[in-house]
Amino acid sequence: MTEPAFRYIGRKRRPKEDRRFVAGAGRFVADLALPDMLHVALVASPYPAARIRAIDTGAALALPGVRAVLTGEDLAQATDALLSGLDIPKVRRFPLAVGRARYVGEWVAAVVAETRAIAEDAAELVDVDYEPLPFVIDPEAALLPDAPLVHPEHGSNLLYRRTFTWGAVAQDFAAAEHSLSFRARWHRSATVPIETFGVIASWDAQARLLDVWASIQMPKYPDQLARALRLPGNAVRVHFDVDVGGAYGVKRGIKHSVLAGYLACKLGAPVRLIEDRLENMRGGDAHGPDRIFDVAVAFTGEGVVRSLRLRALDDAGAYAGRAPLQLGKPVGAIVGPYRIASVEYEAISVTTNKTVQEAVRGFGQSPTNFALETMMDRVACALGIDRVELRRRNLIARDEFPYTIPSGSTYDSGDYHAVLAKALDAVGYDALVARRAAARAAGKLAGIGIACCLEPSGGNSAFEPLFNPKNETTTWMESCSVKVDLSGTITAAMATSSSGQGHETLVATVIGEVLERDPETIRVVHSDSLAALPSNSAVGSRMAIMLGGAAAGAARALKATLLAIAAHNLGADTAVLDWREGGVRLSADPSRALSWEALVEIAHRKFHLLPPGMAPGLQAMHVWEVPTGGGLPSADGRIQMYPCYAFEAHVVYAELDRDTGQVALGTYVIGHDCGTMINPDIVHGMTYGGAAHGIGAALYERFRYDANGQLVSGSFMDYLIPSAHEVPNITIVDHYTPSPLTAFGQKGSGEAGYLGAPAALASAVNDALATLGLGVAELPMSASALGELLAATARPEEKAP
Amino acid sequence: MSEHDVTLTVNGRRRRARVPARLTLVDFLREHLRLTGTHAGCEHGVCGACSVLLDGRPVRSCLIFAVQAQGAEITTVEGLAPEPGALSVLQDSFCEAHGLQCGFCTPGMLIAAEALLRTTLSPSEAEIRDAIGGNLCRCTGYKQIVDAVRLAAERLRGSNLAGAGHD
Ligand code: FES
Ligand code: FES
Repeated sequence: MTEPAFRYIGRKRRPKEDRRFVAGAGRFVADLALPDMLHVALVASPYPAARIRAIDTGAALALPGVRAVLTGEDLAQATDALLSGLDIPKVRRFPLAVGRARYVGEWVAAVVAETRAIAEDAAELVDVDYEPLPFVIDPEAALLPDAPLVHPEHGSNLLYRRTFTWGAVAQDFAAAEHSLSFRARWHRSATVPIETFGVIASWDAQARLLDVWASIQMPKYPDQLARALRLPGNAVRVHFDVDVGGAYGVKRGIKHSVLAGYLACKLGAPVRLIEDRLENMRGGDAHGPDRIFDVAVAFTGEGVVRSLRLRALDDAGAYAGRAPLQLGKPVGAIVGPYRIASVEYEAISVTTNKTVQEAVRGFGQSPTNFALETMMDRVACALGIDRVELRRRNLIARDEFPYTIPSGSTYDSGDYHAVLAKALDAVGYDALVARRAAARAAGKLAGIGIACCLEPSGGNSAFEPLFNPKNETTTWMESCSVKVDLSGTITAAMATSSSGQGHETLVATVIGEVLERDPETIRVVHSDSLAALPSNSAVGSRMAIMLGGAAAGAARALKATLLAIAAHNLGADTAVLDWREGGVRLSADPSRALSWEALVEIAHRKFHLLPPGMAPGLQAMHVWEVPTGGGLPSADGRIQMYPCYAFEAHVVYAELDRDTGQVALGTYVIGHDCGTMINPDIVHGMTYGGAAHGIGAALYERFRYDANGQLVSGSFMDYLIPSAHEVPNITIVDHYTPSPLTAFGQKGSGEAGYLGAPAALASAVNDALATLGLGVAELPMSASALGELLAATARPEEKAP
Repeated sequence: MSEHDVTLTVNGRRRRARVPARLTLVDFLREHLRLTGTHAGCEHGVCGACSVLLDGRPVRSCLIFAVQAQGAEITTVEGLAPEPGALSVLQDSFCEAHGLQCGFCTPGMLIAAEALLRTTLSPSEAEIRDAIGGNLCRCTGYKQIVDAVRLAAERLRGSNLAGAGHD
């Protein structure tokens, strides 16, 4: 399909946001300073489980400059528990531990002082009397009958369990010629932005208004904050013009914000809480999925996959957080890009004495994709079919769209075969296979990784009612307002903050496209939450679709108004008018025209020239629901999850060092189809970055706990984020299949790269290991893990033939 | 807590202050001088977000105490542009190549790249990756940062005024 010609969309244009950042003029939360601002430091639990018998704050309070020490008991009296996505009323979570600490690093008390340094000194003086308790850090052990209970009141460590059956699974397995099963493990990692979470709260006692500046990316954050603080919704004003230093899902410091908000109200002074790196990694509650997959697959002798049984056991950590729901979103792409007729999915969420999870890029989809792609490789291997060919035989074909999968979601559009072919072409697949053969002949462990993965996009919250029938939320709107001022310049307002996705560029480009005005001249502001229209923030890969759609809707409404003004003044029907760069003329007689300036003048100053009944000024807003959204799940759990489905095909070459277990990546190509790209540089950037993040999850990054329940990777020295040395030069090949559901055919892309890279790297490493008869189904495939695996096997030349 | 006088030059401007011995240079720049372009990502010397030039060499300002910078010439990201409101060739190249997303690591990346381009205007890709290899970016996967530095080098080579807009 050839791309339609757009004026601004899809063209190389500098993102609007970049300039302030390169000048060092970004406005991050830690850059703000309010007069008389106080600083918070936290006292963290050294135990994975302990009863808090007493907290002696005397010595800390005696330190000059210390203003308050807050304990969990005090805070829990004055605030409501944080919301959980599940119906588990006995698993209550507050910003500070109440009565019992449940993981190492959990915040037990907060110290407020005139400087952060004093607060840290005082935090060390807070004397907590702990009674250590039995704990559990292994999710399977947590389900055993005698396991220590993380929340004794809840009566079990099981937070959620449901088995969904979609289609004739038992029959399909019984009828299949072949089946196989395996276990795959996705260890705990996260997005770990370079900026930690931070929040500043300031209470105006006269106005009864709490002002909040935060490094936030969270749906309904102002509402949840107000509820927890027992304030009316309009007593909390969140300033969304704060630049967020990376988020990718996790910047949801609701507990930090409730804590800072409470302290600001109580102390009558602005309070700032900026996590340090250790607070962030241990107690920031921003870990990601931690999953054991048990997979069984039924297939024919030709390699056609018929049915799938997938059991996903996820270790949520000490409180539910968003973890259980991250088992829900993958329901919307549970068969990946493949034509699989029936599926059984068992989702299990378990609580253990580990740090709490937050939403992580893809919301559970990347681990699921890893399990699915491992499955495809194993089927290929079992039958001796080429892995690419096997995928070709199972990919949904372009003429099958819209395609409804067994779990109820309909994929909007795609051409998976074409994207895969493009990626193979770009990589020079035959030459790559020859290179692998040559490397192997030279005694190297070389492999090629293949992965075909989906990115469900247009974020909806359909997993909420799916996992909690008491939650009937089916609305998940996004909004934009646009106005033209007296001078004729355009200002648009979006209703949430951004963390590097280029939303200002997105909105300006879309409005510029509709109105044919230069996006360069359009200003985009982030409204504060009281001025803003409803938003569900930049989650679920939704903003190109949802904010782009909202901006397009508002711009179209404005255009309709201007056309109506023109029609009235030119004495013609709108049907015979032409729109040219904001001016309007008669199609038949271009000399009869009204310029943009003239139309703006009429709208703002010449009420006598306005069509009867039209409101003066030039402004429009558009609030819209996620396309295909709005439905509740069926009794058997079928639901339309997200509306749009982007596709990516990864091909990557890797070599393993036999002695060190290190993986070196070579050529890496990603074929990518996210429909229309509003700004290609932004889309490509997120895809490169997502792939880098996926490389980290596949090879390096892990929140590792020792047998004592201690987090042993709580800094950048031991939690290894890939640098420019580890991330290869990736090539992206674009393909274009528009979505029929969106304003310009765009799909989401904020999770691109990350959704396929772990699967692709696992595929490459396994391809290399297969030459030794070895395999690995555990991420990250760290050098030490692979080294051990290799050490256990003699070199081929050392083996008897 | 002992306090000390420190005098140093930051972005060409002489600064004098009395600071606690334990105050790090990054906190001094950010909190005392309100030069918030320099960021703190880890405060343990790994991420590079806090990089500044100290007497022309890139250093991690979270690992240095302000008092240790006595007499030094410091350049922060705010000091890269030739004049207020303008951008250096390097900064402009980051915009052109979109060598950033959230912008949090960007000041450190610019400092690392600036230090490289002061030593060579024909860096190979490996040299560029080496130069920024101690700076973590979670957004970009580094590709467009490498492109940006390469573009800046090209432009600076191309202009007969190599180094224009630098310093
Ligand atoms: S803040 Fe200095 S290296 Fe990370
Ligand atoms: S641009 Fe966000 S961390 Fe580098």
